[in-house]
Amino acid sequence: MWWRSASFILDRQQEQNANVPPNPESLLHSSPPSSMADSLQNPKPNVSAYYQTRAAHHAVVTSDWLAQAQAAVSIQTEDDSSGSDGRIAPVTGGKGDDKAFSVIDEFNSWRKQPDLAEAVAAIRALAAVIRASQATTMMELEIELKKASDSLKAWDTTSISLTAGCDLFMRYVTRTSALEYEDFNSARSRLIERAEKFGEISCKARRIIAMLCQDFIFDGCTILVHGFSRVVFEVLKTAAQNKKHFRVFCSEGRPDRTGLRLSNELAKLDVPVKLLIDSAVAYTMDEVDMVFVGADGIVESGGIINMMGTYQIALVSHSMNKPVYVAAESYKFARLYPLDQKDLGPALRTIDFGVPIPSKVEVEKSARDYTPPQYLTLLFTDLGVLTPSVVSDELIQLYL
Amino acid sequence: MKQPPQKKDGPPVASSVAASERGVDRPVEKERKKDLPPPRMQFDDESRVDKAKRRSLLNQPEARNRVELFRHLPPHKNGSQLPYLESKFFELHEMHPSVYKVGLQYLTGDTSGGNARCIAMLQAFQEAIRDYSTPPEKTLNRDLTSKIGGFVSFLIECRPLSMSMGNAIRFLKSRIARLPLTLSESEAKAALCSDIDRFINEKIVLADKVILRHAATKIRDGDVLLTYGSSCVVEMILLYAHEIGKQFRVVVVDSRPMLEGQKQLRRLVAKGLSCTYTQLNAISYVMHEVTRVFLGASSIFSNGTVYSRVGTASVAMVAHAFHVPVLVCCEAYKFHERVQLDSICFNELGDPDAVSKVPGREDVNYLDNLTDKQKENLQLLNLKYDATPSDYISVIVTDYGMIPPTSVPVIVREYRKEYLLI
Repeated sequence: MWWRSASFILDRQQEQNANVPPNPESLLHSSPPSSMADSLQNPKPNVSAYYQTRAAHHAVVTSDWLAQAQAAVSIQTEDDSSGSDGRIAPVTGGKGDDKAFSVIDEFNSWRKQPDLAEAVAAIRALAAVIRASQATTMMELEIELKKASDSLKAWDTTSISLTAGCDLFMRYVTRTSALEYEDFNSARSRLIERAEKFGEISCKARRIIAMLCQDFIFDGCTILVHGFSRVVFEVLKTAAQNKKHFRVFCSEGRPDRTGLRLSNELAKLDVPVKLLIDSAVAYTMDEVDMVFVGADGIVESGGIINMMGTYQIALVSHSMNKPVYVAAESYKFARLYPLDQKDLGPALRTIDFGVPIPSKVEVEKSARDYTPPQYLTLLFTDLGVLTPSVVSDELIQLYL
Repeated sequence: MKQPPQKKDGPPVASSVAASERGVDRPVEKERKKDLPPPRMQFDDESRVDKAKRRSLLNQPEARNRVELFRHLPPHKNGSQLPYLESKFFELHEMHPSVYKVGLQYLTGDTSGGNARCIAMLQAFQEAIRDYSTPPEKTLNRDLTSKIGGFVSFLIECRPLSMSMGNAIRFLKSRIARLPLTLSESEAKAALCSDIDRFINEKIVLADKVILRHAATKIRDGDVLLTYGSSCVVEMILLYAHEIGKQFRVVVVDSRPMLEGQKQLRRLVAKGLSCTYTQLNAISYVMHEVTRVFLGASSIFSNGTVYSRVGTASVAMVAHAFHVPVLVCCEAYKFHERVQLDSICFNELGDPDAVSKVPGREDVNYLDNLTDKQKENLQLLNLKYDATPSDYISVIVTDYGMIPPTSVPVIVREYRKEYLLI
């Protein structure tokens, strides 16, 4: 019956679409398409820029891979600069070009720093837009910001924290603009200040989460970690600094091999680390007391979207009654609702197997998966320790 | 032919059976009364039953062969009461003709479905308010509220209220109570009529449009969608998705005795969708090729339980067992703060005879011509609604977006003021 299954038809369609120049909007998202976005497409939509960046920051990097990545990045910036001049219909003459160019460029420059969260980079880029803007009223500024935010979101549709960060900042702006009594310049400087502070908020969030988790890490426990999440690393670092005795199992996390990087960092902190290949997770699950993962995005159902392999680990833990804890900042809450794995927009990344693969062989290139809420025990966020059903509560209060 | 409303006795056979039932109950009750507090169920209380019978407009044959577990539910009002009720029209001088018409439509089953019933009722109330004039020495607020109360009792007689209707009536009564006393009568009436229009428009019509857009994003090309019975929202979603060009096919599951799915099937096929039709007993056979299940709801309770047409729970459970996501589409005005754990404590009884007969198949008459002795052992049950636990529901699509079933009390809490416009 497999030839009739929906996912097969979907895959076939994607192949056909891949021959035609792909437009991210044709893939079924819940986000609305914007006409502006067509002109500022990510020139390599088949590969998720978000996951490329993460790989660049946390993966084990080989020299030729590095050369490839640099070449790819330079092609992108060339495309941007050549593309944006011609493609944008300038609303305010040359200013439109500059602004559009600078948002994505700014964002990319911020994003290159490994310790900076995506959402923070996005908000800093939007702050740069405010600084560079020539608007004289709040309304104009809002419209400019909306355009910049839309173009950022369209540039990389696969990054949830980017979208969430943009939405959060836009929401703050809208709320601010409702205050009539302030004059424009003070409102503007307040917005910029807020954007700058957001970076600190994000760092503080990590520390709050680390503190909340300390009660759950007891002496002598074994923690299984998947992927390199800066929040989870902060948690483990704080626990080590508080002189707790615990050991960590790191799954390798192919193809990025982020586990190698994480085990390196943990070894520097004198935490006993054991490295597992991804297939060995079920084998060692008996010895594990708890599982800690980060999240790329937390969706409305209470489930999480994270690096490929998280769902597998959650399923194994659930069947063996081990708690799965998710550590993530609250700005990662997104208004998506995936019903199954294929319901997410595809986020593809190239996988290097080390040997050449014949072209007839298909490769599953998705970089992320969705873990439904019934396999998660608790979410540690800067809002506190939450159960998965509270996510929708928070989102409703925030966005409705 | 007029029958005096005081007539209590139905056909003599039934009443003797009932009398014997009551006779058995009485000594038992008297014994129990010594030890226990008096029974609280109104049905056990003799005087209340008599009073209700005297006040009731419809002449009910004494209920016989009713299932013990469901005795607390009002018995089904037969459509055959229609000529009797029509003849009583001139006695019901308190009734407005449009409310009367809506009541008759409920009784015969011409108007069914939460949204349709609610809209019909509100429009009838609008007419009644337009024709209303305050009697001397009375205030508009109180008098109109009591009049609406009278209309509602009549509608309950014809068919028990659905949740959507209950919420709408609560909205209307609160609106009437909130009317400023300085308004003149015509201004007050105009304000109420426009409020009703706004309610229908915002909470039903526009809400449906928002639901369409959200739900259509969850339909992909190549999907096989399953729907049960006849829900107007789900039908709209399927037609809309077909219009915007998605390629999918539909499996319509239906069940006796109402066979509501057939009407929906006809409408879908007329618009060009490719459909499969089957009955509920084949659900586990077709479920393996289904990718999404779309269900409608009469109401959703605060613990996430979905109260919908009987059979919905079975469909949802089978879908869950096959790991098929279940999407329930319901407007937010149908949410209720009540919590219900099972389908028994609150439900609606349908016509028990419909279960024993198959229309068009005269040869299936095994339950006819039973002796009275045999009939005593046979109890027919026809339920209209059932409750689906929240574990089987993946997502609820409302005009507030897509929410998990655990978030229904959040919407009720945050937006109760807004969605009922209180």
